[in-house]
Amino acid sequence: MSGDTGAAGELLVARDIGKRFGGVAALTDVSFSIRRGEIYGLIGPNGAGKTSLFNVLTGIYTKDSGTFVFDGSPLDDLKPNEVAERGIARTFQNIRLFANLSALENVMVGRHVRTKATVVGAIFRGPRTREEERAIRRRSIELLDYVGVKRRANDLAKHLAYGDQRRLEIARALATEPRLLALDEPAAGMNATETAGLRSLLESIRGDGTTILLIEHDMKLVMSVCDRVLVLDYGRKLAEGPAAEVQKNERVIAAYLGGDVSLNLKGA
Amino acid sequence: MHAFFDTRDRPALVWAGLTLVAAALIALPWVLAGIGTAWVRITNLAVLYCFLALGLNIVVGFAGLLDLGYIAFYGVGAYVYALLASPQFGIHLPFWVILPLGAFLACIFGMLLGAPTLKLRGDYLAIVTLGFGEIVRIFLNNLSTPFNLTNGPQGITLIDPFRLDGFSFAGTQHVFGQALTSPIKYYYFLVIVLLLVIVVNVRLQNSRIGRAWEAIREDEVAARAMGINTRNMKLLAYAMGASFGGIAGGMFSAMQGFISPESFVLVESIMVLSMVVLGGMGNVFGVVVGALMLSYIPEVLRYTVGPAQMAVFGRTLIDPEVFRMLLFGLALVLMMLFRPAGIVPSALRKRELEQVAADVG
Repeated sequence: MSGDTGAAGELLVARDIGKRFGGVAALTDVSFSIRRGEIYGLIGPNGAGKTSLFNVLTGIYTKDSGTFVFDGSPLDDLKPNEVAERGIARTFQNIRLFANLSALENVMVGRHVRTKATVVGAIFRGPRTREEERAIRRRSIELLDYVGVKRRANDLAKHLAYGDQRRLEIARALATEPRLLALDEPAAGMNATETAGLRSLLESIRGDGTTILLIEHDMKLVMSVCDRVLVLDYGRKLAEGPAAEVQKNERVIAAYLGGDVSLNLKGA
Repeated sequence: MHAFFDTRDRPALVWAGLTLVAAALIALPWVLAGIGTAWVRITNLAVLYCFLALGLNIVVGFAGLLDLGYIAFYGVGAYVYALLASPQFGIHLPFWVILPLGAFLACIFGMLLGAPTLKLRGDYLAIVTLGFGEIVRIFLNNLSTPFNLTNGPQGITLIDPFRLDGFSFAGTQHVFGQALTSPIKYYYFLVIVLLLVIVVNVRLQNSRIGRAWEAIREDEVAARAMGINTRNMKLLAYAMGASFGGIAGGMFSAMQGFISPESFVLVESIMVLSMVVLGGMGNVFGVVVGALMLSYIPEVLRYTVGPAQMAVFGRTLIDPEVFRMLLFGLALVLMMLFRPAGIVPSALRKRELEQVAADVG
């Protein structure tokens, strides 16, 4: 297997990633690696470059320097759709669902990249196309059930409750059969109960063999669910390691509070 | 009322309905011919507008790309037919060769328009497409020198009608003592093609391709992140939309026997866009209803405004032609005020969703 390079079985290796916007360095020499099957946290104060890193990884921005190696092969200068095809799916910090499509249709769009029907197939609707269409629908309903919004399958995405929209976005991403699922603040705006539900969802996704990269501000969630954590500050790597170690790191605490005040991040 | 239209478990009702519709469609031209042959011609033009509106609906309604130059593809199809079936070059190819050719060429033009506009949206896209439409019209107007391709503003005359194995769509035959006039013959051909086009549109919408278009319409960034090749899908939307326009153009040429650049002006593009918006963007049946309404209303007004004034005031107060367009404009405004999402209510959409509910269980 090309993927199982190195003893750790790294799924994604980032080396010296750099990205500038005019005079602002959004990312400077960021290196890290994500192991197969782990939940990898990405934290840092607002403006630290977390979402920029997501956008560079998923091809929405082109990076200025560095390389990503995904599953053993480089991920350079690919368009977002090509990145998705390679097996990285993402959600967005400010939810970006297809508002006027039903929840089910949103997930069905996610199947696009793993299905084949062409215009000709769609027009003539032969047995193969019909079978594929049935499979798309079946799988999408399964995924809605999996994330817990099946009962809202027929409602337009924009009419879903906030927490359900977050879950729907995860279902849509899962529909592309990712090997790496990148979630940008999935718990933002959720109450404690919803966050607890999200945690068990993340754990079951990981249990099904999908590696997760998680940007999150909810420290309680990060510390409880992440195997390892990368801390960014001003576009640079501040710390990387097991969650328990990172939360004791003085530089991390200082970055969050702007001074050497001690803080129990667990409770934040 | 809703339950009455719920035909899922009543196939007999579906067949009865279909038979009724088919009978109505077959009988319609004879009824209209009784009122006046002009109404058959008006109906034929209305069906052509349905093609155009359905084609534009793929671009605007499905993929969400505002296109103000759509009539250019109609023009391309019309001129392809005119040049290959008229004395202009002495070429007289059969229609079943030219129509696909016109569709293909319009398709190429669609991609020509699409390629440079891939990164544009909304207002900016509208301006570029508007320019494209004008460029095509100006070319048609001026390609008479140095080499006379289009015959300039005089247009092309004596265009061949459809002929099939000796049977001509022009002229009148008598069948069972009834006059089978040229417009009636074209009517049947157009209605059959229209039904095919509707089926194609509905199938496209409910497919992997249609969902990709709708995803682009809703959120292009998210669509790309979900693995949709937005460049190819947008080009495909332009190409599909344009090819419908091209086919319609070819049929227009054959029916009229004469075309000139004047038929492909900006107002026509706007008219077709209005049909799409008014009928209900993205809803195939809504778009057909919109096209039929906007085609018929001005014509109905043409025949009623004058007599109505005479009846009410005893004389003609306002020039009927002016008054007609005034009322037409008013009708547009009122329709959009009372049905901002289009004429066809979301009931159809709702029913689609209920169908899904049945599947989900």
